[in-house]
Amino acid sequence: MGHCGVKASVIVFPGSNCDRDVAVSLAAASGTAPQMVWHAETELPKSDLIVLPGGFSFGDYLRAGAMGARSPIMRAVIAAARAGTPVLGICNGFQLLTETGLLPGALMRNAGLTFVCRDVFLRVTQPDSLFTSRYAQDQVIRIPVAHHDGNYFADPETLARLEGEGSVAFRYCDRTGVVGGSANPNGSINDIAGIFDPARKVLGLMPHPERLADPALGGTDGQAMFNSLVECLS
Amino acid sequence: MSANNVEMTAELIAAHGLSEDEFAQIVRLINRQPNLTELGIFSAMWNEHCSYKSSRVWLRTLPTDGPQVVCGPGENAGIVDIGDGQVAVFKMESHNHPSFIEPYQGAATGVGGIMRDIFTMGARPVANLNALRFGDPAHPKTRHLVSGVVAGIGGYGNCIGVPTVGGEVNFDAGYNGNILVNAMCVGVADADKVFYSAASGIGNPVVYVGSKTGRDGIHGASMASAEFDDKSEEKRPTVQVGDPFTEKLLLEACLELMAGDAVIAIQDMGAAGLTCSAVEMASKGGLGLLLDLDKVPCRETGMSAYEMMLSESQERMLMVLHPDRTEAAREIFDRWELDFAIIGETTDTRRFVIQHGGAIVADLPVDVLAEDAPVYQRPWTPTPAAPAIGSDAVAAPDDLAATIVKLVGGPHLCSRRWVWEQYDHMVMGDTVQRPGGDAAVVRVHGTRKGLAATTDVTPRYCLADPKEGGKQAIAEAYRNLSAVGAKPLATTDCLNFGNPEKPETMGQFVGCIEGIGEACRALDMPIVSGNVSLYNETNGVAIPPTPAIGAIGLIDDIAQMTTIGLRDDGDLLFIIGETRGHLGQSLYAREIANVTEGAPPPVDLATEKRHGEFVRAQITAGQVNAVHDISDGGLIIAGIEMAMAGGIGCAIALDTTHCALHALLFGEDQGRYLVTAAADKAAGLRAAATDAGIPLQQLGKVGGSDIVIDGITAIPLAELTQAHEDWLPELMRL
Repeated sequence: MGHCGVKASVIVFPGSNCDRDVAVSLAAASGTAPQMVWHAETELPKSDLIVLPGGFSFGDYLRAGAMGARSPIMRAVIAAARAGTPVLGICNGFQLLTETGLLPGALMRNAGLTFVCRDVFLRVTQPDSLFTSRYAQDQVIRIPVAHHDGNYFADPETLARLEGEGSVAFRYCDRTGVVGGSANPNGSINDIAGIFDPARKVLGLMPHPERLADPALGGTDGQAMFNSLVECLS
Repeated sequence: MSANNVEMTAELIAAHGLSEDEFAQIVRLINRQPNLTELGIFSAMWNEHCSYKSSRVWLRTLPTDGPQVVCGPGENAGIVDIGDGQVAVFKMESHNHPSFIEPYQGAATGVGGIMRDIFTMGARPVANLNALRFGDPAHPKTRHLVSGVVAGIGGYGNCIGVPTVGGEVNFDAGYNGNILVNAMCVGVADADKVFYSAASGIGNPVVYVGSKTGRDGIHGASMASAEFDDKSEEKRPTVQVGDPFTEKLLLEACLELMAGDAVIAIQDMGAAGLTCSAVEMASKGGLGLLLDLDKVPCRETGMSAYEMMLSESQERMLMVLHPDRTEAAREIFDRWELDFAIIGETTDTRRFVIQHGGAIVADLPVDVLAEDAPVYQRPWTPTPAAPAIGSDAVAAPDDLAATIVKLVGGPHLCSRRWVWEQYDHMVMGDTVQRPGGDAAVVRVHGTRKGLAATTDVTPRYCLADPKEGGKQAIAEAYRNLSAVGAKPLATTDCLNFGNPEKPETMGQFVGCIEGIGEACRALDMPIVSGNVSLYNETNGVAIPPTPAIGAIGLIDDIAQMTTIGLRDDGDLLFIIGETRGHLGQSLYAREIANVTEGAPPPVDLATEKRHGEFVRAQITAGQVNAVHDISDGGLIIAGIEMAMAGGIGCAIALDTTHCALHALLFGEDQGRYLVTAAADKAAGLRAAATDAGIPLQQLGKVGGSDIVIDGITAIPLAELTQAHEDWLPELMRL
């Protein structure tokens, strides 16, 4: 794709480590390198999209994402999100989103108690969003996970609301699309891999679409998410 | 008399790991009794871990040069040219003793330490590997050690965001009392942005950055230079605690600083902390150093000079900066919220002077500390030659299929997925060949080039014949790199042995070094960095000789990389190299036939070279679809590994006219590869082999969902895969 003028901002926390990776994917999709914004900034540059990248902000020494959610830039991110700027939170970014309250629920320690890094299959449960428009309903995609705390939990009321308003974006499944069981790498409730806010302008997901967005890395299922965003935001 | 001026009793001297002779030599060299801080400094500089006093004379015999070598041993890591003005920086280092005592922190800080060695030189770490050796799976400590070490490696590498892409995991009762944790890191830098440790200039600021200094790790290097006994658990307080978050900040801050021109010299504080790093910088620069310990950022109050000089607190660096760039440097470290303190200056005195509380607490000649450490010509006895045994000395299996399933689903050949799925092996977005193949490959960011990396050694070969075992470790690394299409570039060695004061152990060391040296010369893989870990003994029992080899290679275009997985139905399967059915020291002989005597397979280095070059040429020419080197378990295991990786079966047929089937299947003859080619490329492959004089034989055909041997034995691939994948998770089940 050529230049299309989408201005993305990637927020960099001390301990972020997928900031470069997602910047590479965004640049490949949009033709424009994103702005890298240090967490200590208090103002956000004009942004069509905000990305909270994966990693271990502040080492995850407290709860994952708990410290980063209180970084100065996050006040601006929350304000922008409330004003309608799309926000994508990947892995640690998802944890940051639940810690800020932009998304409900919490990411607990994996049910197996160990860090897990592997390709998983996801079933696209909500293609009607600017993040997922390039996927088909119930399409099965392959995307890697790499986390220690990806076990999504929400109380029954919240869960019912998420399910009822179509806010579940992806569920863990096997390669044939059968959801749950041993295909769920972390014990997430309802096999949830990613959720939207009610307006579907904020997406948090544990899998890393930027890790399979280049044929040299063994797959391109993640690229469609960046292409969706570029297409919808141009 | 102050606490620093204590009487040098025999007990005190011994507690510092110094012999009476060594202490007498110190007194002679400095013309007086040392004080306590000075004794500590000597113990840190003169212990085995830092001084290489037992190994040095032998390490000098290793080849370290080549047109590709930018920097050989002696710096924090070795450097090789990878073209386009870029270099790869790499090293492997042991963290055995701490990992046995406290597996999580021991392994974690091993990973942290090796990464610091890499970014100290200005390189961004791009790949981590780990060669791990544990005791018998049934030993009561093994599960605890495996889970702790793996979690520690993951905990550190995952957090800092450098992919852990490869390595080895072995089990052997010989490591019951001394596990081995050997960590390797590979980094990439611009050739004109490499930094070294030699200080220069007089009156330049010596700057301390990173974490604060605490009391952790005091005497860590001395512990790593002593044997264990039943009380080794009591040494837990000497194990350091890792902080990967701070290391991530330190990495980014250092690389940001190094992008400018502020740094004259830089050295990480690893073993023996402030002492070793400061002395090295002064010694290499031919200078003196004055340090004021009152300026050192401390985590605890009331630390003595002795404690500060011997602390092994992690995530710290020492630098000499250009005086007029110091404030700009401070701003960088302030932004990353790291300590930055000017703690001294370079001098022209060639003395190492330490002030604390306004008094001089140590004043020693730099050269005596760095260069006058004793060098020992330890007595050694050659390892008796193991008799070659014929295949008739190793019984054929009663049930071939069951034996194969048992091997594939046993501790030595099972899948290591349970381990590497706990490591983030994809972060940085350049892992083009993930764990599980012959070598891991990471793309050089922003280019088409690939860096391949592997770690190898077969300790049972080294035990039976140290020299052949040493050769084989290099040869296998060479094959693993060649099998992915990478030209082998250079080697790092992590030499793990028992007590060098025992002539038999020293004989193993000498034999392995001879074999390694010969192979590195023949295969043009010079040693550019390394580490020696001796005294791997508990209650007088030594580990098997384990010279772990790390090696890297270069792929010009990753589009030409190969993997082990069988690809297309109908592809033809070929074997390159001669199969003689050598069962001595094979996994089959040891695990199935209970035969532990015999010589290991001989390594013909000229053959290795020719076969490796041929394989690489066929990969580059696009003639082959899959490649795998043949190692542990022999050709049948290699074939099954290819089938499991590709998810497709194969049928093979063997000519048993001159050799028994079990010897053909399980023999571990060296210099061999399995390759597949599409049917329409087979003629070309055969012709190329004939032209090059390379033994190449069709072994079978790819297809189906079974492994079929001679049309008689058929084993479902699904059964093999399940056995292969289940063993380790079963062992580690909570």
